[in-house]
Amino acid sequence: MCLGVPGKIVEIYEANGLSMGKIDFGGVLREACLAYVPEAKVGDYVLVHVGFALNVISEEEASETLALLNEIVNLDEQVSAQG
Amino acid sequence: MESKLRSGFREPKLVQAKIRQIEKIVTRPWAIMEICGGQTHAIKKFGLDQLLPPQIEFIHGPGCPVCVTSLELVDKALEIASMPNVIFTSYGDMLRVPGSNGDLFTVKANGGDVRVVYSPLDTLKIAQENPQKEVVFFAIGFETTAPANAMCILQAQTLKIDNFSMLVSHVCVPPAIRAILSSPSNRVQGFLAAGHVCTVMGYWEYLPIAQEYRIPIVVTGFEPLDILEGVYRVVRQLEMGTFEVENAYSRLVTYEGNISAQKVIHQVFEVCDRKWRGIGVIPQSGWKLRPEFVKYDAESRFDIQSITTQESSICISGLVLQGLKKPYECAAFGTLCTPQNPLGATMVSSEGACAAYYHYSRNIDVPNVNHV
Ligand code: SF4
Repeated sequence: MCLGVPGKIVEIYEANGLSMGKIDFGGVLREACLAYVPEAKVGDYVLVHVGFALNVISEEEASETLALLNEIVNLDEQVSAQG
Repeated sequence: MESKLRSGFREPKLVQAKIRQIEKIVTRPWAIMEICGGQTHAIKKFGLDQLLPPQIEFIHGPGCPVCVTSLELVDKALEIASMPNVIFTSYGDMLRVPGSNGDLFTVKANGGDVRVVYSPLDTLKIAQENPQKEVVFFAIGFETTAPANAMCILQAQTLKIDNFSMLVSHVCVPPAIRAILSSPSNRVQGFLAAGHVCTVMGYWEYLPIAQEYRIPIVVTGFEPLDILEGVYRVVRQLEMGTFEVENAYSRLVTYEGNISAQKVIHQVFEVCDRKWRGIGVIPQSGWKLRPEFVKYDAESRFDIQSITTQESSICISGLVLQGLKKPYECAAFGTLCTPQNPLGATMVSSEGACAAYYHYSRNIDVPNVNHV
């Protein structure tokens, strides 16, 4: 249960005074509480733990990390090609 | 975006490149602990321990809440769940955790109303629908489930749900890291800090630990590339002799964490000493309900007679949880003890080290594995 699951917000609404959302987990829709991510918008990806979204996933950071990793592979290939 | 979230961080070409990068910098043996059971699971699932250079040893940490919930609390859960007027709710994994005398499944089979829930909010619904019953939730977990549990207590208060309570077994990661590092038998030289715990708490708590124990700590995610990046950064520091805290999971973790979640946690819970199964009491390592929420505390709500606990005599899960033994060094591993018939809690949850070794035993490269 420490493994949060990423999903996409498809709808935001209120229930019993709590901000709630419908989240799409790769095709499976589930409800999650959005009280801890007031900045989240429809279309954002959030990390959900036991029915609570705890973070909005930074798309920018994800792309940057992957770009850096790709750079390493390219460097690696260049070195092997030279060697 | 989907690919950036998952498959991007599993890309075989990148995985191989990262491993080569680690191979290039490692000059001697290093023992690295992944504190979180979710990472233990991923390491075994993807066989990362087999792909990495042999100098790198993973020591599996106690970061599985199912595994470390104390036997006393499991026994209390069994006793409360057996009461006739109680609906007992829990995450599925807890149902098979062995108590001194059976597990929650046994209670259910004997007619107890034990229900599996996905979120503590489900428990509140059950309580509203069953006003004549006492509804008790087994609130286990690290910092990742605390925001959910804390919010449920506040909701119970707002919605005046009085037939709801929690059996609280919250544990916190930083005190456990300190306990491991303070132990005279400690072998851990670097830590992968649990990424999802840090999404809630940030990583400021680790700075004094890294300095005090002169140990590198890298906040690490759960995909193969995330874990390899964490290992790379720990090894790089170990080879250079530095001991900093680094964040290798920046798409989710910030220095300060989720402040609004932390606020609600501290509003509802306060720090307490907590007993960890197989390890013992770790001072200031848990959370319990603050006195103003005592009416939601199942331990004070139900009169539980003093219980005597009895652990299995063969199980060495305590040593496994402290990273002193590997699961396959246990005589019962894969024979007397399997996920279908677990003797210890570490064989129950998929985040437990014994279960991870059992499920992915194809990756175990040891001569005397009992399970094939
Ligand atoms: S294999 Fe089973 S008996 Fe052995 S340490 Fe693990 S949980 Fe305990």
